[in-house]
Amino acid sequence: MIFFKLILTNLSRHRVRTAISIAGIAFSVAAMLTVVTILQGAVAMFSGLLSANSQIVVFEKNVSDLFFSNVPDSAAKQIQSWSMVDQANPVLFGIVASTDHPIITCFGVTADDARLRDSKWIAGQRNSFGPVPDGVLLGQRASDFLHARLGSQVAIGHGTFKVVGIIRLKNGFEDGGVFMPLAMAQKFFHKQDASSVITVKLRNRKDAAEFKRMVAQRFPTLVALKDQEFDRTYSQFKILKATAWAVGICGLLLGGLGVANTMIMSVFTRIREIAILRVNGFSNGQIAAMIFGESGFVSILGAVVGLLLGIATIFLLKMIPALHGYIDSHLQPWVMLIVVMLAFLTGIAGALYPAAYAMRVRAVEALRFE
Amino acid sequence: MNSDSSRPVLIVEDVRKSYENDAIRVLNGVNFTVHRGQTVALCGPSGCGKSTLLHLMGALDEPTTGRICVNGQWLQRGSSTLHLLRHQVGFVFQLHHLIPGLTLEENCLIPAVAAGTSRGEAQQRLLQLAERTGIAHRLKQPIQKLSGGERQRTALCRALMNRPGILLADEPTGALDEKTSEQIFALLMELAQTEEITLVMATHDRSLARQCDRLVEMRDGMVVESSDTGEAK
Repeated sequence: MIFFKLILTNLSRHRVRTAISIAGIAFSVAAMLTVVTILQGAVAMFSGLLSANSQIVVFEKNVSDLFFSNVPDSAAKQIQSWSMVDQANPVLFGIVASTDHPIITCFGVTADDARLRDSKWIAGQRNSFGPVPDGVLLGQRASDFLHARLGSQVAIGHGTFKVVGIIRLKNGFEDGGVFMPLAMAQKFFHKQDASSVITVKLRNRKDAAEFKRMVAQRFPTLVALKDQEFDRTYSQFKILKATAWAVGICGLLLGGLGVANTMIMSVFTRIREIAILRVNGFSNGQIAAMIFGESGFVSILGAVVGLLLGIATIFLLKMIPALHGYIDSHLQPWVMLIVVMLAFLTGIAGALYPAAYAMRVRAVEALRFE
Repeated sequence: MNSDSSRPVLIVEDVRKSYENDAIRVLNGVNFTVHRGQTVALCGPSGCGKSTLLHLMGALDEPTTGRICVNGQWLQRGSSTLHLLRHQVGFVFQLHHLIPGLTLEENCLIPAVAAGTSRGEAQQRLLQLAERTGIAHRLKQPIQKLSGGERQRTALCRALMNRPGILLADEPTGALDEKTSEQIFALLMELAQTEEITLVMATHDRSLARQCDRLVEMRDGMVVESSDTGEAK
């Protein structure tokens, strides 16, 4: 009890300094949690985009970005004919710009695509997708930022299109996208007779291995991956995740430096007190435990404040209409656990030098200068 | 002096202490033995090495040459078990050296925390000491609210918490007024007797020194005279 009182007393003597350290860790944790959650959400959304009502995605082998993948229509037709396949939908991804909007994602899909089937129609008729020349569907968010309504003409890239429907989709990418009939998209993006991927739903999930084997055998330039495999191996996802953790860890390192600074100052300003503890029998281990206890307390408190701050930030970001569907506010417990553990370890690491210094304090020298 | 007084608890053998590559010599071959239960006063002018000798005997510092035996254990340079010795040796300084922010009670319990004594046992010991030193009614007070005498009584309680066999006191009354000084010294002597403690005290006050069993006179880092006072008890 007195040991803990010693720890708290030391921290409470310099409240501002302690508060700044806690704030440093808190902001780092909040930044890490926010960045990681947003990017995890983005990855999940993109992943969800591919796995809409499907289990397997087929794309061109060795492409770093699916926008550059070319899957021939002939392959899609063959795959659709396989008995183990329930549905195989070719999807073409493209990115274009319009006035004031540098990036608009376009999806070339067939009329029976699961995305359209499962979406909520805000305006227009389902059967209007396809028959109307230059007719496109807009996600609700896309219709907002393009200021388009049903029947509007919208300039997208080098073309002008008629809005034949507005749909609401849960996925942020899709809700901010433009849906074109596949043939129109192939023509628009100069990808004749090809799509970016084929999303495949099998009649029986157990046939996944056999399906992959058949794709590898019959289409040497293509690769089939289960959704989970794709999430793990797709290089863009890896880059996004690595970036998120790198940014977060950099933030935590800065927070750790703050803790180190606080602990160094804390040790330097009470050398005599440490000497008194030594005179009264405190061992090196007990002195170190006291210093680590202080930094641990600062780190844990900072981590808790940071978690609350991060959760609040994510909640507020989700409220912003422009970010609708982009922020996945579902916080994963393992992410929170890792963030807290990293904060704690950072705090402990920050106390290494101060603890070593405190252990070297020679009581007789510290007490000599009374 | 106690019946077991023939047994030496402190042996100082040809101890020398110097600093800055022998440029500053503080102790120049001190030989010194203290028997169990003795009260010894170290006297001498400032800078003669009294405090340094106390620090060496308490294992707070290491001699440049020579050796010291405490309670039958020869102190070894850099030994990781030296801190354990501090459970057998209590220290009282001229300044109380209490930790601000803690109460009187918490300050006194620090040695018990260091030694891993159970809370109940430590509390019992504290109450016993606090009663005898007259600070039992101030236990919950932060040290900032204590008088100089009370602070030194607190320091005395703290030094005796782990029932050390040896108490080293470095001018324990040096910062107190005459009346308080006499009270603290009387308390020190009484506790030394009742707790069966060997007391070695550095002091400038000859009248207090003469009340100890032995008076050791130091000058220029050496013991120049050691004699029984004949006044004690």
